[in-house]
Amino acid sequence: MLADKDRIFTNVYGFQPWNLKAAQARGDWDNTKDLMARGQDAIIEEVKASGLRGRGGAGFPTGLKWSFMPKEPRADRPSFLVINADESEPGSCKDREIIRHDPHKLIEGALIAGFAMRARAAYIYIRGEFIREAETLFAAVQEAYDAGLLGKNAAKSGYDFDVFVHRGAGAYICGEETAMIESLEGKKGQPRLKPPFPAGAGLYGCPTTVNNVESIAVVPTILRRGAPWFASFGRENNKGTKLFQISGHVNKPCVVEEAMSIPFRELIDKHCGGIRGGWDNLLAVIPGGSSVPLVPAAEIMDAPMDFDGLKALGSGLGTAAAIVMDKSTDIVQAISRISYFYKHESCGQCTPCREGTGWMWRVMERLRTGDADISEIDTLFDVTKQVEGHTICALGDAAAWPIQGLIRHFRPELERRIRENGGVMEAAE
Amino acid sequence: MPKVTVDGQELGVPQGATVLQACEMAGKEIPRFCYHERLSIAGNCRMCLVEVSPGPPKPQASCALPVAEGQVIRTDSPMVKKAREGVMEFLLINHPLDCPICDQGGECDLQDQSVAYGRGASRYDENKRAVTEKYMGPIVKTVMTRCIQCTRCVRFAEEVAGVEDIGAIYRGENMQITTYLEHAIQSELSGNVVDLCPVGALTSKPYAFEARPWELTKTLGIDMMDAVGTNVRIDSRGRQVLRVLPRVNDDVNEEWASDKTRHHVDGLIRRRLDRPYVRRNGKLEEATWSEAFDAIKAVNAGSSVAAIAGDMADCETMFAAKALVNALGSDLLEGRQTGLAYDVTSLSAVNFNTTIAEAENADVILLVGTNLRWEAPLINTRVRKAVWKKGAKVFAIGPEVDLTYKTEWLGNDASLVAKLPKAALDALKGAERPMLIFGGGALAVPGVHGAGLALAKSVNAVKDGWNGFNVVHFSAARMGALMLGYAQPGGIKDIVAKKPKLTFFLGADEVDFGAFADSFKVYVGHHGDKGAHAADVILPAAAWTEKDFTTVNTEGRVQRSEKAVFAPGDAREDWSIFRALADALGVSVGFDSFDQCRAAMIAAVPALGVEGLVDYGWAPPKLDAKPEAREIGLPIKDFYLTNAICRASPTMQRCSDEILHGAELAEAAE
Repeated sequence: MLADKDRIFTNVYGFQPWNLKAAQARGDWDNTKDLMARGQDAIIEEVKASGLRGRGGAGFPTGLKWSFMPKEPRADRPSFLVINADESEPGSCKDREIIRHDPHKLIEGALIAGFAMRARAAYIYIRGEFIREAETLFAAVQEAYDAGLLGKNAAKSGYDFDVFVHRGAGAYICGEETAMIESLEGKKGQPRLKPPFPAGAGLYGCPTTVNNVESIAVVPTILRRGAPWFASFGRENNKGTKLFQISGHVNKPCVVEEAMSIPFRELIDKHCGGIRGGWDNLLAVIPGGSSVPLVPAAEIMDAPMDFDGLKALGSGLGTAAAIVMDKSTDIVQAISRISYFYKHESCGQCTPCREGTGWMWRVMERLRTGDADISEIDTLFDVTKQVEGHTICALGDAAAWPIQGLIRHFRPELERRIRENGGVMEAAE
Repeated sequence: MPKVTVDGQELGVPQGATVLQACEMAGKEIPRFCYHERLSIAGNCRMCLVEVSPGPPKPQASCALPVAEGQVIRTDSPMVKKAREGVMEFLLINHPLDCPICDQGGECDLQDQSVAYGRGASRYDENKRAVTEKYMGPIVKTVMTRCIQCTRCVRFAEEVAGVEDIGAIYRGENMQITTYLEHAIQSELSGNVVDLCPVGALTSKPYAFEARPWELTKTLGIDMMDAVGTNVRIDSRGRQVLRVLPRVNDDVNEEWASDKTRHHVDGLIRRRLDRPYVRRNGKLEEATWSEAFDAIKAVNAGSSVAAIAGDMADCETMFAAKALVNALGSDLLEGRQTGLAYDVTSLSAVNFNTTIAEAENADVILLVGTNLRWEAPLINTRVRKAVWKKGAKVFAIGPEVDLTYKTEWLGNDASLVAKLPKAALDALKGAERPMLIFGGGALAVPGVHGAGLALAKSVNAVKDGWNGFNVVHFSAARMGALMLGYAQPGGIKDIVAKKPKLTFFLGADEVDFGAFADSFKVYVGHHGDKGAHAADVILPAAAWTEKDFTTVNTEGRVQRSEKAVFAPGDAREDWSIFRALADALGVSVGFDSFDQCRAAMIAAVPALGVEGLVDYGWAPPKLDAKPEAREIGLPIKDFYLTNAICRASPTMQRCSDEILHGAELAEAAE
């Protein structure tokens, strides 16, 4: 279990106030100037050495991502940092907690990360539904400005840096990095084609890096305590600590910071009081937020919770939002509901996702009641394959994977429902 | 030049090309819906998926992927086939099966590609989506249930037409394409979205349920609605022209056409002059050709004859009329009906010298007294391209109008041409390719023409490989008329002063007929409009779709158009009317057939015999360069009703009412 002294988010439960004074007491904004004085390349190297992988779901190495930014931005084409606080993935609630209770970690991280990638400003795009959180964030940014930590000569480092908070309007797709950029520019939130990648032409056509809230918020601590400290947690290639969010059928659902690669069983037993009704009652887990395939109980129990460990199980760490389902769950209905979510949130830009998500959901609804033919299971699987990998952004994949996971692991359940329903129909005839 | 391999065939492609272009260069057909050469890349239909290595192990949208050295592209692999089938299936699941009643049938990309790349059958058992109808104005008919959300129309409106009227609302499978608040598209180019639409969602409203594409005879023509000389295809069935579509010509119209070009055709079968008329006792009465000729002969005009050419007169017609007038011993010819009298000693000074295609390369542009959007819509799109794509700066003198791009209006005062504000003058002087465009409204003010030429000299607008001095005409006949000598030094006033006893009006409707009260007026034209009302004798002639002809556009480009249908009733082709009149009047015009007429014309003006740009030689005349300090007026008051055919067209009338006068009508209705 992660020792308290090794926690980065020391106020994730809000036992202390979020404000600047309290944050400083917790160590934030402590000599930020010195951290920045190490130089931009040194900071990037340190983050690279820490092994930090993006916390937004894809797990791209953060330091490497920053190094794609131009070393000498042109005066007419400044670089930007965009921070993705559009946390809308069903099951995820870590960024919300950070912004609620520890916003200064994020703001300090924004300054340091922005400085390291030579950005002129950071835009924090916060989910529209986060009303109180946005209020907190606005106030926290204002506090930082008032204290001279942002703006001209930010934190007396000699570097000019601004942070803007932008509220979204409640579209899941705006959490996709290029759709977020479109939305920031005031357009309809639809992902852009890549290439060009945001590091080449992003916000307003300028070099841009989009990072998750957690990725940015951990940076100051990594710099203060050093890359080796951060890298001492977790397995190779899956370093650091991570905010896990456990929801569903556990005795005490929670958000908790733990070391990467912690076995699932340990995570649940130590922090969540175990599975409701004991481990034998566990049916399946969606380990990384709604867009990753579910993993059946037997496979997940002792699996390490990290990028590679879950990938090996045909799933993914995603945002580390584990949705735990016990045997009382109607698993088909659960996946069907997720399927409806993706149908509802598809932006409509490209064909496979626009047309496929609706189709998949409709078939799922019929599979739920068993009003289908057994051959339709294969058709549905084929349709998910036709969506996966054929779309502009990853929403198509996200819509396809949960269904693929369901068919892979719970096909007998689907067939049972169809047979039982068919039996009723036959009897009625 | 990167080398790539397409289906095993190695080839070099230009740097910056896309994979789709590389495949096309290799002769491979790539199906597509959203991709269009002249629009930005959207990459959303996913039909053009191909397999590319190195790259992720999934199919890539070839329209948006730049080529890279050593790429291996496959368009025939099982992965590609499956991807295409999958996308096709998705496109079709919510597409209605109403091909038998869809106007796009037979020329539908979705139909063709589903046959070529789709699965045989659908696996989709659910209900199909239906979308409520949208209103897009008098030109575009919508059946939005058929829409496949390719967004070509959205991109066209925003990028080429320069109006942000079309967009998408809602998301996911509920996404709908609509106009802003369902108003009519406020553009003179709206008809192009019908061509762009790969399915039957946007079809032509006036042409709805008129014909199937395979019933139509296709004739290559040149549009006479404005002086751009849009290359068109005239689609006819029997004796009726059913529609006009643009042809691709990158030098002229790219592949666009204005709404007037497309939709004036229903005017071709209305208010037609299909028999001769003679005015007896102040009233026009039907007559035979010989009665009409007798009436003309009875005038006994001798050599006191003149001919006025209208805006849609073609070169052969003007030449035939000229031959007759000359044979009768006169040289009174004029084409500028409304009284313009600019100097024409060198046609280079009244030509669009930059050329239409090059206009998009200008970097600083000065517009003087022109509403380019109405006078030459497809030159306006070029200027817009210069501004939008290449960042050109535009200054303008004249009444302020919305030209769809950022324009710095310097004021409506003709004298500004001689004393430009410093900012504008410096910009022009500093420009590499400055372009000055003078409209008819500007040339109407004495001194502007001379001041313009002086300005061109002072800003060095004419240099090696670049001629930035331009006059934009709005009458299709203009350059041809000037080449054929239809110009008096003082314009039409000179003709009025000579008091001709007999005047031929070649489809001229905009003349001040009061000035010709004492003249015997013979109207040779095809529509019963102002000219016919004023005439003493009407000789029914052929409209532009009913004859072969030569025409010269505003940049001095000689183009030929072919005959699509026969003229109605007793109407005859114009050259034959003048040939017959010559006999009646006892003179000889020197030709007996159309071919002889054209040959004689070419003998007289050799430049008309070569299709393509005429070289007028840059020789600007020395003119008075002191423009009067007065306001410039624009010549076109209503874009949709500029000539007799348009005024006879119910569609053009509807466009005028709704697009130009919609606000007034809505107010009146309240």
